Amino acid sequence: MKIHLPNSAFIGNIDYFIANYFDPSNPDRLEISANKKWVSIHPVVLSMIAALSLIADPKKVRCEPIEAKSGHYLDRMGLFNFLRVNQNSNISEHESAGRFIPLKQIKNSKELTTFLTDMIPLLHLPQKPAESIRYVVSELVRNVLEHSESRNGAILCAQYFKKSNTIRIGIVDTGVGIKQTINQSHRATTDLEAIRLALTPGITGTTRREGGTEQNAGAGLFFIKSIAYVNRNFFMLYSGNALYKLLMRNPKNKRLVLHADPFRDRYSIKDNLPKWQGTVVGMDISLDATSEFRSLLNLIGETYHEAIKERRKARYKKARFV
Amino acid sequence: MAKTVTVKLLKIAGSFAENKDLARDLRREKITPAISKNQEVILDFGGVEATTQSFVHALISELIRVHGSDVLDLIIFKNCNETVRKIIDIVVDYMQQSD
Repeated sequence: MKIHLPNSAFIGNIDYFIANYFDPSNPDRLEISANKKWVSIHPVVLSMIAALSLIADPKKVRCEPIEAKSGHYLDRMGLFNFLRVNQNSNISEHESAGRFIPLKQIKNSKELTTFLTDMIPLLHLPQKPAESIRYVVSELVRNVLEHSESRNGAILCAQYFKKSNTIRIGIVDTGVGIKQTINQSHRATTDLEAIRLALTPGITGTTRREGGTEQNAGAGLFFIKSIAYVNRNFFMLYSGNALYKLLMRNPKNKRLVLHADPFRDRYSIKDNLPKWQGTVVGMDISLDATSEFRSLLNLIGETYHEAIKERRKARYKKARFV
Repeated sequence: MAKTVTVKLLKIAGSFAENKDLARDLRREKITPAISKNQEVILDFGGVEATTQSFVHALISELIRVHGSDVLDLIIFKNCNETVRKIIDIVVDYMQQSD
């Protein structure tokens, strides 16, 4: 596998980054290179690299010396520790205080609970966005632990970006991917179809039954996409060769409408990207625009209700008249 | 009326009640046996600041599926803040709409 850290890779241009700078061939080795002058990347990219390093043979992980002045960011986020590579640093020391969560691997429920307690103080967040971020991390990591079948669990990190007043989060696994999970109970012929189903409320890979099983309702990703939509945040979901990206809603459009079908949102898709074996989720949470979590829940409730009603209606049989 | 069983969520699940494995265990070990005896169950969310849909689903969805919506006559949700209340409402609503 090869991955190149470009000058810039954020959710807005993540499709270009994946298409041009990620090569998943030869999964036993990992070669990392970087732009010589400046590297500015979303935490989801760091989480991807860290996750790849866990599936490669540790002796075959190579990271070229990082010359970019901004390389201290990679160090501070714990990338080189994670990769177990030495950087004979051109990277200058940098104070470690700041609003970020370095790369972290979570392999079980107990680790997640501890992490959730420790996480918010690290980001120094006011209450409103803290609620959303805690919710997002809990649900996404639990998804990984329950459904991904990845022996490496979830890899995540997050960073506060002052200029945009945004928390950016990346949560990644190298498990079976969304298509295989969804196809346990549904029929998705492509990765993109599987992503669409996974984002639809009430659809879970664990059953076809409306309302889910005792442990799964198929609502987690819909809740998270809704949090992103309402707060005008970016959200991306990449699995197999498909990427779904929720774009920011138009600020002029004051009326909030959640859609059960993610293809009715403002979105972009790609279905011919290099294959990611597992699932990658990236999200930006703007601290300027974080709506009341409660009002969001009202909307979610209404949309969920409509989605179930429509699915039930679609299953109704018509009377046959002769 | 048979005796009432009170479950204090804060003690078990913390102020952010999100661990659905704990929710499932609570349901199986405390709530379901009480409901089976027609006992009233008080789920006391006092001190719980927030929860997730997954947690509440694991806590009560199976009860609604098995016993129907009448089971809600035996469950009292106590000391819920507005966020927790809304999440419980969502789960209760979609479970009653389900097949």
